[in-house]
Amino acid sequence: MSQTTLPPVEKTRPVSAPRGTISDRSRAERKLGWMLAGPAFVVMLLVTAYPILQAVWYSLFNYRLTDPENRTFEGLGNYAVILTDWVWWQAIIVTVVITVVTVAVELVLGFALALVMAKALSSIRPVVRAAILIPYAVITVVSAFAWQFAFRIDTGFVNNWFAWLPGVSDTTDWFGGQASSLFVICLAEIWKTTPFISLLLLAGLAQVPEVLQEAAKVDGATWWQRMWRVTIPNMKAAIMVALLFRTLDAFRIFDSIFVMTAGANNTESVSFLAYRQTISRVEIGLGSAVSVLLFLSVVLIAFGFIKGFRVDLAQARGER
Amino acid sequence: MSTKEKTWWWIGGVLIVVYCLFPIAWILSLSFKTSADIANKQFLPSSWTWENYTTILTGSASDLFLPALRNSFGICLIATAISCVLSMFAAYAIARLDFPGKKLILGTALAVAIFPVISIVTPLFNLWRQIGLYDTWPGLIIPYLSLTLPISIWTMSAFFREIPWEMEQAAQVDGATTWQAFRKVIVPLAAPGVFTTAIIAFFIAWNDFAYGISLTSTNAARPVPAALGLFSGASQFQDPTGAIAAAAVVVTIPVVVLVLLFQRRIVAGLTNGAVKG
Repeated sequence: MSQTTLPPVEKTRPVSAPRGTISDRSRAERKLGWMLAGPAFVVMLLVTAYPILQAVWYSLFNYRLTDPENRTFEGLGNYAVILTDWVWWQAIIVTVVITVVTVAVELVLGFALALVMAKALSSIRPVVRAAILIPYAVITVVSAFAWQFAFRIDTGFVNNWFAWLPGVSDTTDWFGGQASSLFVICLAEIWKTTPFISLLLLAGLAQVPEVLQEAAKVDGATWWQRMWRVTIPNMKAAIMVALLFRTLDAFRIFDSIFVMTAGANNTESVSFLAYRQTISRVEIGLGSAVSVLLFLSVVLIAFGFIKGFRVDLAQARGER
Repeated sequence: MSTKEKTWWWIGGVLIVVYCLFPIAWILSLSFKTSADIANKQFLPSSWTWENYTTILTGSASDLFLPALRNSFGICLIATAISCVLSMFAAYAIARLDFPGKKLILGTALAVAIFPVISIVTPLFNLWRQIGLYDTWPGLIIPYLSLTLPISIWTMSAFFREIPWEMEQAAQVDGATTWQAFRKVIVPLAAPGVFTTAIIAFFIAWNDFAYGISLTSTNAARPVPAALGLFSGASQFQDPTGAIAAAAVVVTIPVVVLVLLFQRRIVAGLTNGAVKG
């Protein structure tokens, strides 16, 4: 709390030594910096870079855990097997559909929530803020179970409540087909992660200068015009950060699918495919190859975002 | 704002609350249904019962649920503590010192944060089996650091950047010793940031499912989210829905308590790290 009650003080900008000359002091500072930050850095590398390199190595072998004697070098054979198999492309399509649908809905819905929160009267603001954190903090598995039980034929109330809708009746089996299963999975994901997006967007909204709004109002701009021409362009950085994080997060979807369908009816995501190959079928080689491909997809998306949309994290941090 | 406008924003706020709490209310209601009531196709139970809670706390599912609860608490608290200590030093260096590699460390944290968990599970599954870490607490604590450490570094360095470090010198000028200046001035300023970071890191570790389901096989280390999927009812032939709902409610209680107590700080931590970090 104390940091919010203190008067704003200019941030310390460390004074760096003039270029070319490294003083003893700055050398000592450098050393201290790495001594303090080094352990965290090394641990991060150990728990991610090392396993992914190991995965790359395993992916070159035909290696089944139940049959370790017959481990043979395959080269890129596993990748050829995967990339020519419809199962992989099916998983890619499912993952992309879930990602696009959830992120698009979450962005619009999250923006609406952020607007309401920005305007919420002080009397109910704490209640709204606490409520919005609940979906974020609830375990994904719990949320997946809640939505699954709500839609299931035997335990659910959804069929009963929405029987007046065309196509919904007492016997509608939501988990009996691909499209309806994906619909419920998307609903659960959207419910769980929209609040996080809305909090990021709310922070972005707060950074839009009030003066600009007032000026546009004086010039006779309508609410929509102000929204599209003033507010949204001025919070582009926050929107992009929210979009980037949620897209990468959605692309890794695993928990909800595991709980709700376990990949039945062609609802397998890429993460689930990797899990099934490695853990259920103990095909370490094939599973590792899927993992490596998943990793490359995530890197590709991140790279595409940063280059394509020019997401500049430094800009988002308000450093320029 | 006119009264009419106020009413609309108020309704909007109420709608948000309903949206956020509805699925939680549903799982809560489900957990109080009797086994005959589970399939009543209604939102509320027709008669309320504690049956499901006795099943998981003292009944047939307790030998699955209670060890899992202990594992979850232990593993998540240790992983949170380790990542908080490590990132405290790192964030201090990032906020306070000038050294090359600052960007590299923040960039690495970002890269680790977007890393697909399953890509780490595959190699660890094999490696842990070979070196005996499979189905042990350290076997989960180590990979949990890949979840908690990046966000801790980002959130904490965002908090530390806001600290007016000059206060330390000011205190020294006023006659405080170095240690006094640190203890009396800097520690109280930094503590809220460390605390908030710890809560967020704990949420993330508590939420994990992929590591939990892949790297454990028995009660020795299996955390609650992984155990939920393995539930059966009071007898082998009974539907486990009620027991799962009750267990889901129990694991939701700690996070709800944390949210209610520290909502303002959590919001600041989440948005600081991502937008200002």
